[in-house]
Amino acid sequence: MSNQWGPDAVMDRVRIDAAGMHYTPLNMAIRAAVAKGAREIEIDHVMGQRFIADGLKGDVRLIIHGVPGGDLGMFMSGPTCIVHGNCDHAPGNTMDSGLIVIHGSAGDAVAHSMRGGKVFVRDSIGYRGGIHMKQYRDKRPILVLGGNFRAFLGEYMAGGLILALGPPPDRPIRERGIGSGIHGGRIIVRGDVDDEYLGVGAQKSPLTREERDEISPLIREFATYFQRDPDVLLDDSYVQIRPSSSRPFASKYTWE
Amino acid sequence: MTIGSVPVKFRISVDHDQCMLCGRCVENCPYDVFRLENGKIHVNSRKCVACHRCIAMCPRDAINIRERPVDYRSHPVWTTEAREAIYNQSRTGKIILAGMGNAKPYPIIFDSLVLDACQVTNPSIDPLREPMELRTYLGKKPSRLETRQRDGDVEVLTSLSPNLQLETPIMVGHMSYGAISLNAQSSIARAVTETGTFMGTGEGGLHQSLYPYQDHMIVQVASGRFGVDINYLERGAAIEIKIGQGAKPGIGGHLPGEKVCEDVSCTRMIPVGSDAISPAPHHDIYSIEDLKQLVRSLKEATEWKKPVFVKIAAVHNSAAIAAGIARSAADAVVIDGFRGGTGAAPRVFRDHVGIPVEAAIASVDAKLRSQGIRNEVSLIASGGIRESADVAKVIALGADAVYIGTAALVAMGCRVCGTCYRGLCPWGIATQRPDLVARLDPEIASRNVANLIHAWTLELSELMGAAGINSIESLRGNRDRLRGYLLDESIMKVLDVKPVGA
Repeated sequence: MSNQWGPDAVMDRVRIDAAGMHYTPLNMAIRAAVAKGAREIEIDHVMGQRFIADGLKGDVRLIIHGVPGGDLGMFMSGPTCIVHGNCDHAPGNTMDSGLIVIHGSAGDAVAHSMRGGKVFVRDSIGYRGGIHMKQYRDKRPILVLGGNFRAFLGEYMAGGLILALGPPPDRPIRERGIGSGIHGGRIIVRGDVDDEYLGVGAQKSPLTREERDEISPLIREFATYFQRDPDVLLDDSYVQIRPSSSRPFASKYTWE
Repeated sequence: MTIGSVPVKFRISVDHDQCMLCGRCVENCPYDVFRLENGKIHVNSRKCVACHRCIAMCPRDAINIRERPVDYRSHPVWTTEAREAIYNQSRTGKIILAGMGNAKPYPIIFDSLVLDACQVTNPSIDPLREPMELRTYLGKKPSRLETRQRDGDVEVLTSLSPNLQLETPIMVGHMSYGAISLNAQSSIARAVTETGTFMGTGEGGLHQSLYPYQDHMIVQVASGRFGVDINYLERGAAIEIKIGQGAKPGIGGHLPGEKVCEDVSCTRMIPVGSDAISPAPHHDIYSIEDLKQLVRSLKEATEWKKPVFVKIAAVHNSAAIAAGIARSAADAVVIDGFRGGTGAAPRVFRDHVGIPVEAAIASVDAKLRSQGIRNEVSLIASGGIRESADVAKVIALGADAVYIGTAALVAMGCRVCGTCYRGLCPWGIATQRPDLVARLDPEIASRNVANLIHAWTLELSELMGAAGINSIESLRGNRDRLRGYLLDESIMKVLDVKPVGA
């Protein structure tokens, strides 16, 4: 990279062709560009490279064309990743802050253990979405998805918010273990969820007006990213799933 | 009244002729055993856990503790412990929570292994006179080195993986801030820095006050990912993925909300008073391929500058698991035996799940050698290392280094009362209560831990010298320097040692 622009060149916009590139040199190229002050990095021909933006810090925007491999934005602190394509498993894994917008679907364990920032998925996600998300002080992770999800959404969830805007009301949710072991945070689902699909320790309740008002900016943000009509989503009904206790295991044990 | 009172576990007696009514026992006991009333010390023995704080603080040696002062009708099958566990569970219907390591009287393999020494045919080495090489490097070693000679200098062409340099093969294992106090952690941090070795942070993040010691700290990434962010990963000298723990293989951990105070909350990055729940598996690792992905994600995040360790509990098929880990880009495998300590574990797991570290290390080492990949990872043994002889023996069985845990706590005053899960440790170790934590002076406690590491290192060099070995590398996996004393043939086959006399 440095040869192309010279050692002192400050480039606002950088383009990287990832065709045939291993993830380590790809990440090195991204880090080098960020170190030189790049504000926007466009990466073409991404095909399964894992760990893109892994541990990346700073105020930079990555535009990714193709399908990134697992752990996109893992431990990421600050940057934005816009993915024009699907994602493999665990985008936003243990992410600290920043934004991931996926124009497509993503695999299992999306936003696993995420502690801050936002992940928007246009379509569906796999199993264990938002598992063990947690919040602390000003850091509150948010996962918004427009399609379906598989079992164990928000399992062991300790904080943050999962907002599931799909599937359309004519396709009810039939995925078990939603919020099993949840002890903090909230899962908000468009439409309704049958009690039999709730996990152990999860309980369902309607949204208050304040809570609805709280999610409307997120719905608008989702609609902006993916050119959807926000009003259709804003007008629909929602249900929330919360922990029945913040201490789900407190009464499980007796002292020796 | 179906069951009634079970007999007291400990009976306290106070010698009132000796007692000078100073009240130190009253002040020091966080379990409220003692009270001073009408010019006399009164006791409630039922509350006693035998932590010995009162004994240690009494200026007149006026206090005595007797264990099990009431006899049950003796029976070899229906032991006191078995009966009392039933009384407890028939009352509560709950899982019994216990502390410290395995409390069953399984035979200890270390105690049936003896070390060798030189007599006549090759002389022993005097460590006072000759240099003894105890420096240990943890991490990948290349299977071959490409070199080039230029102007009399040798240039290494092979790119080398980062290794940790230890001045002694004794490290202190992962005990988190939360499980132990900050004073306990900082005492250990000072001690390992002084002795040129390393300690683990546990899954509790890295408190700001420990940043000066970060070059001697191995940061842990466990299934709860508490306290893990990119800064934490970059601060550590190495990163350890905790898959399992010898005291409770196969299950996660729960730090009760009572222990999550303001400072613990800040380090773990969770709200005050909330339970910190580490799930049983890492939910991004469901296979050995996924583990490889986590190892590589940590390396990629830290630009391949840090060694990554993987810790597993010693279980039946540890050898095959370790062989998988060795192919995952990991730099070291930690094998935690079933005697490993813990702040809290279900009693049934602590006492019944897992295998001894001696057998696990021997079989892992043998498996890695048979597959020609022993150089790909270092092996760290932990769980029940009580003295320098255990260190020597486990290295001879194939380990590169050891983690000690309980031994370091004992060096700071711990009496192994096994009540860590109550959070009232009177020694200021396994507690977050400020008045109790203040009892542990890091100036003194760090000295104690450093002394222990130093003393064991001296003993280790003496043992090596006596065996005619001047480098720890020549002891590693050197089973010829061990003999089994009254071990059965099948165990000796696993350990690959001969019987005494052979």
